[in-house]
Amino acid sequence: MDFIAAICSPGMLCQVLVGLSRTVILFIVASGLSLILGVLRIPNIAHGSLYMIGAFMTFTVSTAFGAGIKGYWMAVLLAPIFVALISFIIERGIFRRLYEREHIMLFLLTFAFALIFGDLVKLVWGAEYRTVSMPRFFQGSIPIFGLPFPIYNFFLLLMGPLVAVVLWLLVNKTKMGKISKAAAVDREMVAAVGVNVSLVFCIVFVIGCYLAGLGGALVAPIVNVTLGMDHTLIMEAFLIVIMGGLGNIWGALFGALIFGITQSLGILVWPKFGIVFPYAAVIVVLLFRPTGLLKSTW
Amino acid sequence: MGEKKAVVILLIVAALFAVVPFGLPRFYVYLIALIVTTGLLSTSLNFALGFGGIYQLHHAVFYGVGAYGAAVAITKLGYNPWLSFIIGPLIAALLSVIMGLICVRLSKLYFGMLQISLGSLVWAVVYRWYSFTGGDDGIHGIPVPEIIASPEGSYYFAMIVAALSLYCMYRLLNSPFGSTLQGIRDNAVRSEAIGVNVRRHQLAAMVIAGFFAGVAGVMFVVVDNSVFPDMMFWTLSMEITIMALLGGWFTLLGPMLGAAVIVALRTFVAAYTEYWTLALGVVCMVVILFLPEGILGYVQKISKKRASAYDRG
Repeated sequence: MDFIAAICSPGMLCQVLVGLSRTVILFIVASGLSLILGVLRIPNIAHGSLYMIGAFMTFTVSTAFGAGIKGYWMAVLLAPIFVALISFIIERGIFRRLYEREHIMLFLLTFAFALIFGDLVKLVWGAEYRTVSMPRFFQGSIPIFGLPFPIYNFFLLLMGPLVAVVLWLLVNKTKMGKISKAAAVDREMVAAVGVNVSLVFCIVFVIGCYLAGLGGALVAPIVNVTLGMDHTLIMEAFLIVIMGGLGNIWGALFGALIFGITQSLGILVWPKFGIVFPYAAVIVVLLFRPTGLLKSTW
Repeated sequence: MGEKKAVVILLIVAALFAVVPFGLPRFYVYLIALIVTTGLLSTSLNFALGFGGIYQLHHAVFYGVGAYGAAVAITKLGYNPWLSFIIGPLIAALLSVIMGLICVRLSKLYFGMLQISLGSLVWAVVYRWYSFTGGDDGIHGIPVPEIIASPEGSYYFAMIVAALSLYCMYRLLNSPFGSTLQGIRDNAVRSEAIGVNVRRHQLAAMVIAGFFAGVAGVMFVVVDNSVFPDMMFWTLSMEITIMALLGGWFTLLGPMLGAAVIVALRTFVAAYTEYWTLALGVVCMVVILFLPEGILGYVQKISKKRASAYDRG
C-alpha cells in the first residue's frame, strides 16, 4: 500500500504531469508521422531528423532575434515552416516519383534522407550540443496540488489538445481533409473523379513534417539540442503510432498518453529499466488488438 | 551453366580466398573477413526479405543477440567457446520465434514497424543491463580458441562458416520449402487458397534467417573479439537492407556483393571524411532511383536480354 500511496502523493502526480507534458511533444511528432502513414503509407524514418532540424533551427532563430521571448516566438513560428519547406522540396523532388513503387523502397528512401539530414545537421551546426535558453516569461512555476509546476510544462500541456483539435478540424471539417481520407482508401478512384491526388499527398506530407518541426521547436528549451536526438525520438514515435493504430490521429494521442504514463510510472517503479515499460504496454495492447487501439486506416 | 563448370568456378574462388592471407597485409585480411561476416548477415536478411517477402526490418537484432549470446556465454558463464558458438545462433533463433509469433499476424509494413519497435526493446535492455552485457561499452577482448585466435585463423573460420551457411541457404531455397516460400512472396492469397500454411512458412523463414544472422554474429565475435550495442541498433538493420538492395534482392549472392561494396566504401571514405553517412545516404538514394533491381539483378537482366537476342539470331 505504501507503493500506491507513493504514486498518489502530490509530488508524484506532479512528476507524472511533467512526464505527460513531455509526451505532448511526442504526440505532436507522432501525429505527423501517423498522418503521413495513414494517407501516403510511408513510415517516414526521416521524421526524427526533421524534428532534430526543427530543434536546431529554433536555436538559430531564437539566437538571431536575441534569446528573449520574442526570439522564442519567432523560432516557434519559423522553425517548423523551415522544416515544412525542406519536406516540400524532397516530396516534389523525389518522393513524388516513387509512389508507385513498393513501400519498402519508399521506406528505405526515407532512411536515406535520415542519413543525409543527420550529416547535414552536423555540417551546419557542428557536433556540439546546443541549448535554447528558456524565455523569462516561461521560467516561473505555478502551484498545482500545492507544489510548484513549471509554466513551460503547463504551456506544453495546453499545446497538445490544441494541436489535436486543429488536426481533427483539418482532417474532418475541410474538403482537403476529406479528400485525403478518401485518397488513403482508394487512390485510383479519387484520381478518377478528377482530384489531383499528387498535390493532396504533397500537402499531407508537408503538414506531417511541419508537425515534426513544431515538436522540435517546442522541445528545444527543455532538452539539450544534440545530434542523435532523432534516433531515440523516431523509435518512440513509431511505438506510439503502432499502439494507437496506423494513421489514426486520436490513436496517436492515446498512444502518447499510454507511453507517457507507462514510462513515468516505470521510472518510478524500476529506474534502470523504466524504458522497458512502454514496450511491454505495446506488446500487451497488440496481443488483444493486433492493429492498435483505435481503428487503423489500413 | 553446367554442373561441372559451376564446380570448377567454385573451386577456383575457394582457392583464391584460401591464399588471400598469404599475399595481403593483415588489415585487408581482417577487412575481407568483416565483409564476409556482414555479407552473411545481409544474405540471411535477404532470405526472409527477398525470397520470403517478409518485411524483416530489424534484422540486426538477431545478429547482435547471436553475438552477445556467444560472448556472454564465454565471458560471464564460462562455457566452452565452441559450445558458446552454437548457443549464440540458437538464442537468435529462439528470439526469432518469439518475435515472429507476435509479429506474424500482421501484414507487411505494420509487421516491419512492430519488429523495429520490438528490436529496439531488445537493444534498450542490452544497453542498460550493465552487469550482464557491459552496457554501452559492450564486451571486449573475448577469448576464443587458440586455433582461430590469429587474424588468419579467424579469417579461415569466417570463410568456412560463411561458405557452409551459404550452402545451407542455397539448398533450403531450392528445396520444396524454398519454392513454397517464394510462391508466398509472389502471391500470398493464392498460396493460401491451395492449402499452404502461409504464416507457418513465414515464421519458419524468419527463424532460419534469424539463426543465420546469429551465425554471422558469432563470426563477428571471432573476427573482432568484441561485441557492442550498436550491433543491434536499427540503423545497422537499415544498412544491411541497403546492402541487399544494392547487390540484388532476388539473388543469393547479391547481398554479399552489396556488403563488399558498402563495407569497403565505409572503410575508405571514412578515412577521408567524417561525413560517411552522408555518402551512404546518397548511395542508397541512387540505388533506389536508378538501380532498383540491384547490381546482380541488373547483370541477370542484361544477360537474359542478350541470351534471348542470341536465340532469335
